[in-house]
Amino acid sequence: MTLIFGIPLSVMSGQLLLGLINGAFYALLSLGLAIIFGLLRIINFAHGAQYMLGAFAAVMGLNYLGVNYWAALVLAPLLVGVVGVFIERFLLRRIAGEDHLYGLLLTFGLALILEGSFVKLFGVSGSSYPMPEQLKGGFNLGFMFLPTYRAWVIVAALAVCLLTWFMIERTRLGSYLRAGTENPKLMQAFGINVPLLVTLTYGYGAALAAFAGVLAAPVYSVTPTMGANLLIVVFAVVVIGGMGSIMGAIVTGLAMGLIEGLTKVFYPEASNTVVFLVMVLVLLVRPAGLFGKEA
Amino acid sequence: MTSLQIKPAAARLQPQVVLERQQAASRRKRGFYLALFAVALVAPMAIYPVFLMKLLCFALFACAFNLLLGYAGLLSFGHAAFLATGGYVTGFLLSHYTGLGTELGILAGTLASAVLGLVFGLLAIRRQGIYFAMITLALAQLVFFIYVQAPFTGGENGLHGVPRGTLFGVFDLSNNLTLYYFVLAVFVFGYAVIQRTIHSPYGQVLKAIRENEPRAISLGYNVDAHKLLAFVISAALTGLAGSTKTVVFQLASLTDAHWHMSGEVILMTLLGGVGTVLGPLVGATVVVTLQSYLSNGPLGEWVHVILGMIFVLCVLLFRVGIVGWVLKLSRRNFHN
Repeated sequence: MTLIFGIPLSVMSGQLLLGLINGAFYALLSLGLAIIFGLLRIINFAHGAQYMLGAFAAVMGLNYLGVNYWAALVLAPLLVGVVGVFIERFLLRRIAGEDHLYGLLLTFGLALILEGSFVKLFGVSGSSYPMPEQLKGGFNLGFMFLPTYRAWVIVAALAVCLLTWFMIERTRLGSYLRAGTENPKLMQAFGINVPLLVTLTYGYGAALAAFAGVLAAPVYSVTPTMGANLLIVVFAVVVIGGMGSIMGAIVTGLAMGLIEGLTKVFYPEASNTVVFLVMVLVLLVRPAGLFGKEA
Repeated sequence: MTSLQIKPAAARLQPQVVLERQQAASRRKRGFYLALFAVALVAPMAIYPVFLMKLLCFALFACAFNLLLGYAGLLSFGHAAFLATGGYVTGFLLSHYTGLGTELGILAGTLASAVLGLVFGLLAIRRQGIYFAMITLALAQLVFFIYVQAPFTGGENGLHGVPRGTLFGVFDLSNNLTLYYFVLAVFVFGYAVIQRTIHSPYGQVLKAIRENEPRAISLGYNVDAHKLLAFVISAALTGLAGSTKTVVFQLASLTDAHWHMSGEVILMTLLGGVGTVLGPLVGATVVVTLQSYLSNGPLGEWVHVILGMIFVLCVLLFRVGIVGWVLKLSRRNFHN
């Protein structure tokens, strides 16, 4: 058996795979946070709740309406995206001119409402989501066993991340978005409907979170609090990467997942805390974040 | 030609009038505080003292938090860590060293929180605004995970049966009424420290930094040092509140370290009125009363939903808070 630093290769690569999956979720979520922050200048504290909503939408769709996994992968983000559009249009817009901290507090209140209601309705234990038939089983790579679903999570998450990156950096709509981040007033003077752009951006960010939620449903148990604890780690990821660049958010997310996986191999007690420790280190060495512009 | 000079508004009033108004205002203030103190002295005759002590602990927590948010403009999302640290250190010391005076246990808890505040502060003030909130939240979560695993916190169970002990070796604190007056004294002390800080020249500089940080820097103030000191004072007083709370309930648990607690103190301050002197006191009273009222009623399981709704409504419609609103009303009535 091959050993790396005294650890069997199969154990090592298994944990790295788990880390990569976590990293894919970090990347998707921090990407959504970064996009929303770019245009609205608020931190979306409801992001974890929207991730949870996505997972629950998939579970309920399957149980009550017979919506299968592949349809849920499209419908749940759409649904949560629409909810996000309403949240922006009727709540966030009212405080657009105020201190940005109020956006954080408002979305924090929304997260409490959503999570509290789901705890009341579904209990804290939550439910499970069956793995889709097509993605059961796995491949034997020789040095490790790769379950198909886990491979799919990584591929799907990365594909959506890269698609989002392409949309923002390489399309006309994306150029509006980037310009809106720089100077919304000037954009409006050029006749671009900035409020609509803001609403759609928030909706898209929420939809990204919900997409991550559906991806997570078959591998993690679906509970009302699944998003809250994940979100705090994602905040640390965002601090580490800085919210200046889309690619930065993706790369940092994946890297933090891998570091977490490695920590599980070598010192499992610290696996919960290692991302926060990296954040402390980054704050000491490079306060603006790895990809951030100097403030 | 001198007649063309425009006098500033305040100078148009006779100096005596200004002085008299100021004196009247400070008399009113003193009278108000005396009345409030008198009410606090007789309150345990009418209301269950343990509930009052809980109220005072959370009020001190909110006041300490408001020092940071209301006067330095720093939103910390990690104050639960200081509350829990004070509680755990005091709880651990009082349980393991019998005969240790309760006052020393609380002092140790307060100091531990101050040290943790220094560490948090040094890291968090490297970033501004929203990043500051996220960093403090992440650091508090780090502390939470450490307390889950650390041997001295009792993990998921927490520390139970912490002895209340005696104060200065004289007063037996197992008596609820004796303890109440001690907690009241702690609160008055903490409140006085905050008042002194706000009204000192240092407090004025803090407000200047809140209003316009670049200008404060250009005037030669060491902005980071000012912010750091505010953070440490706030953390220490939060630790004092946590330590006292542990003595009251004889319990230190992970609930105090959870980020929900950081959210609750923000809600108390926001609801009462950010940056007002009495706001956090009012906000803490409302939230603690509401929580204990709800948890006994049929809506017990909806507590978080209701708190969330208050949060949303406060941010949307009521950003001045209760005290801010009352102040606005009274100004309108007296001056127009």
